[in-house]
Amino acid sequence: MSFISYLINGISLGSVYAIIALGYTMVYGIAKMLNFAHGDIIMVGCYTVFTIVSTLSLPTWLGIIVSIVLCTILGITIEAVAYRPLRQATSSLAVLITAIGVSYLLQNVALLIFGANTKSFTSVVNIKALKLGADGGLTVTGETLVTIAACLIIMVVLTTFVNKTKAGQAMLAVSEDKGAAQLMGINVNATISLTFAIGSALAAVAGMLLCSAYPALTPYTGSMPGIKAFVAAVFGGIGSIPGAFIGGIILGIIEILSKAYISSQLSDAIVFLVLIIVLVVKPTGILGRKIQEKV
Amino acid sequence: MKKLTKTLAVALSAAMFLTSLTGCAGAAKGGDTWKIGGIGPTTGGAAVYGIAVQNGADLAIKEINEAGGIAGNKIEYNFQDDELDSEKSVNAYNALKDWGMNILVGSVTSGCCVAVAAESVNDNMFQLTPSGSAVDCITNKNVFQVCFTDPNQGIGAASYIGSNNVASKVAVIYDSSDVYSSGIYQKFAQEADNQPFEIVSAEAFTADSKTDFSVQLQKAADAGAELVFLPIYYTEASLILTQAASAGYNFKFFGCDGLDGILGVENFDTSLAEGVMLLTPFAADAADEKTQNFVKAYEAAYGDTPNQFAADAYDAVYIIKAAIEKSGVAPSASVSEIGDALEKAMTEITVDGLTGESMNWSEDGAVNKAPKAMEIKNGNYSLIQ
Repeated sequence: MSFISYLINGISLGSVYAIIALGYTMVYGIAKMLNFAHGDIIMVGCYTVFTIVSTLSLPTWLGIIVSIVLCTILGITIEAVAYRPLRQATSSLAVLITAIGVSYLLQNVALLIFGANTKSFTSVVNIKALKLGADGGLTVTGETLVTIAACLIIMVVLTTFVNKTKAGQAMLAVSEDKGAAQLMGINVNATISLTFAIGSALAAVAGMLLCSAYPALTPYTGSMPGIKAFVAAVFGGIGSIPGAFIGGIILGIIEILSKAYISSQLSDAIVFLVLIIVLVVKPTGILGRKIQEKV
Repeated sequence: MKKLTKTLAVALSAAMFLTSLTGCAGAAKGGDTWKIGGIGPTTGGAAVYGIAVQNGADLAIKEINEAGGIAGNKIEYNFQDDELDSEKSVNAYNALKDWGMNILVGSVTSGCCVAVAAESVNDNMFQLTPSGSAVDCITNKNVFQVCFTDPNQGIGAASYIGSNNVASKVAVIYDSSDVYSSGIYQKFAQEADNQPFEIVSAEAFTADSKTDFSVQLQKAADAGAELVFLPIYYTEASLILTQAASAGYNFKFFGCDGLDGILGVENFDTSLAEGVMLLTPFAADAADEKTQNFVKAYEAAYGDTPNQFAADAYDAVYIIKAAIEKSGVAPSASVSEIGDALEKAMTEITVDGLTGESMNWSEDGAVNKAPKAMEIKNGNYSLIQ
């Protein structure tokens, strides 16, 4: 019974990692850059919901919508202001360093506006915990259910979008060959902006789910899940959408199970050890090669 | 270009002249003021502690200055933020030395205090930490504590749970990456062998994995624990309380002074903390006159109810005053001379403070006083009689 419970918790944590990892992987697939500010967009999304729902006492649905819209605009703006001018830079390090800079900028702006004190996030999920099993020994919280459901829906919608729509096809084309795509009449800048918009909107959703399950909100809330999600994206094969999904879920399960059965303090060490093994055996990650389309 | 060089030269020499002037002024004035420095996190995850210490010491210094200072010498006060970062804490220490500090109140947290103590011993700077509770904080002879050492908190908690029959099966969740938390846990586990209760599960987390506690809580439940001992800080504790509630666990929680501040987490559902017990040396609702006067003055000055860190810092300043009066050392003495004199005086004085009656110190720097147990009732800390 407790194994099933650990597994469900692992899938739930992994689903959050997977949603964040989608943002990393899409941006990498298309713009060939690591957007280290991605984790901090999560934090901005959480503070937006917190301000609207808890401070201004407005309805939760409004908080969710405003948060997604704001993060989308933020993502597009960051791309246009900080990354686009550097796209032709000779070294790809320049844009990487800029991304780290944007990450610190967002953290410190949040520190300035909201202060350093921990804020307790009010859950956006309003579903009671499910008691399963004969003796009610298995508890599944509402946040867990919503997180797993949200992850599956996002996964399906995103795959359909990329494969069936014109904009999605444009993304595939840009990820394969930017120059050729431009020659074929695809607006590369607009496509990259769209990628950042989708990635950032997903970050807002991931942030809400993360903070609903783990409600301590600080300016640094997004950084550690961001790094773990980046690992998940590499794990699954960076650039691949199903890879991010699988990488996230596996990472979550390994983390929880190693905490439960091996050592609660070594769980991170074990996660990274598995990552190293996977990369040694298969340097492109689990799904890095099988999938032709890189987005 | 030539003109620019000339202007620059004039500006530079003017600046040098001004610097030399201020240097003189400082030297002449140094004879009659104590310069007390403070270091602690006034921003970052532990800001509640740093701000409380900053204000508590400030209040005591203002009171002493209004009453004429220490033997006629006024106190100047300078508090620096370290953001809970050891490196920044050492930087703050160096900045305070440049400012001319004679005596240090700090650092507020254990990790930072250890780092600063490693520097301050070279200067033999007298250092009194209000709340750095790790044993490593006081390994150097120049450092003394106002609060309990971690082992004492661990032993105190175990013997309190045992002698009051709070629970028979106890689980522990601690932060293995933090000296404060793991220090308390080790002594708690040792002392538990002598107590009528049993530790059924002991699970750790680290600074990098402090969001998900579902595994630790479930292991505690599977082992049949009635009480979960949390020798950790309040940010993680608030997460544990929330996750325990949403998963439907019904534990009693017991913590140390790190839990003090949990009711101050913005938007935290304080009903979750109802019934949480903690060992802490100070309660704002204690009825004695000394505590009531302090709480009133603190609330008037800073608009906030003081926690034990504010009380520790307030006591720290009065302890320094008592030690200075005992030793008779003057502020004009060198940092090292002041250090020698105060280190000797500390073992000879007995101070009645907010955080304990007749506090006294052994040569190793640890304080001797009795802990108090509190319970959170109706969203307030209240003393268990």
